[in-house]
Amino acid sequence: MKLLLAYSVRNAWSRGRTTMLTVIGMGLVSLIFLSVLMIGDGLTRALVDSGSPTNVLLLRQGATTEIASGLYRNQTHIIRSLPGIASDTDGNPVALAELVVLISLTKTGGEAPVNVTVRGTHPMAFTLRPQVRLVEGRPWQPGTAEIVVGSQIASRFLPHGIGSALRVGKRDWQVVGIMTADGTAFESEIWGDVDLLMAAYGRESYSSLTLRLSDEAAFEPLNRLIADDPRLMLQVKRERDYYREKSVTLATFIRVLGFTFTTIFSIGALLGGTMTMYGAVAARTREIGTLRALGFVPTSICFVFLMESLIIGATAGALALAGGAALQFVTLSTMNFSTFAEVAFRLTLTPPSAAATLGFSLLISLLGGLPPAIRAARVPLVTALQAPGR
Amino acid sequence: MVIIQSVIECCHVTKSYVRGDQEIPVLRNFNLSVPNGQFLAIMGPSGSGKTTILNLIAGLDRPVDGTIRVAGTEVSRQRETELARWRARHIGFVFQFYNLIPVLTAAENVELPLLLSSLSKSERAKRVRAALELVGLGDRLHHYPRQLSGGQEQRVGIARAIVGDPTILLADEPTGNLDREAAEAVMTLLRRLHRELGKTIVMVTHDPFVADYAETVLHVDKGKGSSR
Ligand SMILES: Nc1ncnc2c1ncn2[C@@H]1O[C@H](COP(=O)(O)OP(=O)(O)OP(=O)(O)O)[C@@H](O)[C@H]1O
Ligand SMILES: [Mg+2]
Repeated sequence: MKLLLAYSVRNAWSRGRTTMLTVIGMGLVSLIFLSVLMIGDGLTRALVDSGSPTNVLLLRQGATTEIASGLYRNQTHIIRSLPGIASDTDGNPVALAELVVLISLTKTGGEAPVNVTVRGTHPMAFTLRPQVRLVEGRPWQPGTAEIVVGSQIASRFLPHGIGSALRVGKRDWQVVGIMTADGTAFESEIWGDVDLLMAAYGRESYSSLTLRLSDEAAFEPLNRLIADDPRLMLQVKRERDYYREKSVTLATFIRVLGFTFTTIFSIGALLGGTMTMYGAVAARTREIGTLRALGFVPTSICFVFLMESLIIGATAGALALAGGAALQFVTLSTMNFSTFAEVAFRLTLTPPSAAATLGFSLLISLLGGLPPAIRAARVPLVTALQAPGR
Repeated sequence: MVIIQSVIECCHVTKSYVRGDQEIPVLRNFNLSVPNGQFLAIMGPSGSGKTTILNLIAGLDRPVDGTIRVAGTEVSRQRETELARWRARHIGFVFQFYNLIPVLTAAENVELPLLLSSLSKSERAKRVRAALELVGLGDRLHHYPRQLSGGQEQRVGIARAIVGDPTILLADEPTGNLDREAAEAVMTLLRRLHRELGKTIVMVTHDPFVADYAETVLHVDKGKGSSR
């Protein structure tokens, strides 16, 4: 068994250049496959993981995004008094009313401006979203025109960082802090005082209200209370569901596009593997005859050639994983079609994607290697022994 | 007269190849009986069917007509997979061009046929070493074929053929590619295998000098055998 494996490995190795080119071709296609998965995982992490399981988001009925939603002050007062909402140390309900607007910013060195989310909020936001942390500077002083910007905003739009000013709603805001959020979409947002932002935009209503539930089971009763109250006309969503819905369109688009290209390329890689292995079978016809004369059955012959193809596939898979590991340091940004806001995310390599990529390259090499392996098993014995070469 | 048991028995064997719509007759009503322990050399002009005879005995090819019994088995009536197993057990093949696997060392080449047996790894290693020592290459175990001379390669080929202790050794022009000196070493080795280990050997050769090492010489021409 070990000897047959060594036989396959050394044969693949002995064809040096051919094997290497096949491995590189197959490896690149596997890397494309892997990057599609990594983009999907990165997006999911940026968007879905923005939500916390006990957080609940309230939007106007019919609104699918915070931008399109609206809540009046009196509605927020009614909701704060409902049961099922967690309390902070002072006994106040953990409920965060926020205003979300979009502003247009131009990237450092870029040309076309893109939309960036500005969130008027309250320091309580840091409690409700524990993944958001200040990495530099300090939080804004409530009631002042100070802002904290996400790290993705800072790196791409604000080369001067803390101390720079940003024009939002016809007034200048001072950047006093920079925050990170574990790769979630908050890293692409700008946070400041909610009352000041409402004044700057002349708004009377909030965009959304985020609550922390006393426990996850409190969701259904609260949902019913709000649905039954004719004064409210609001929809209640678990924060995670909200972010998942927002990411579906974009993630699906990227996956469909990515897998279409991957399928086309993989046919090329598959045929490359097939040609390589046909070449190997042709060059080793007499050797196949020898093995048969020693008593090896056609199935064993088929097996050693398949093995050789799978070794090429496994090496290609390993190459793709190495490439994927390097891609983890790449940050991409795209416009989220659901919110029209720019979102930045890091390519993320997860164990399931790694396994899927290895499976993908093994499958390509298996399918590509099968026809040559079958031909090897069917070589007519007597002519094979008379064949020139090996 | 003592009746000697035959290990190889070809009766009324006919063999022809079809190339396109043309039938090429190779053997017609060919008969051969090789007693156990005999060293037989087959000689004849090129294209007279010598290789074909060896292939038929080894079950690598099938006759059009007639029966071939080898080591108690009706070779011409076996299925492919059974034939392969039978071949691994009873036939050792020595080729003109050695047919060693270039990516395997001498020891690994010799071990190859043992993979088809149920021997343990340590048992296999012991037999491989013994076979290579028998052919005088005990110090070349881990050399690759390209690191050996032609004569040494052929001796590795012989070690591979005998390592599984087969009933019959078939050799197709084993010295066809060797100079006189290397050929002598190989032939001395085959004669030793025959004399000391009692191996049945059927060898094809062009060279009368080589044929002299055998006990019996069979001359074939267009499928008609005449022994001397
Ligand atoms: N696979 C095959 N298909 C068609 N014809 C074949 C095949 N193998 C052998 N022949 C023909 O059968 C005849 C006998 O061939 P064989 O190889 O047995 O001769 P040989 O005596 O071994 O010759 P040589 O001394 O040249 O090796 C030749 O005419 C050859 O052309
Ligand atoms: Mg011949």
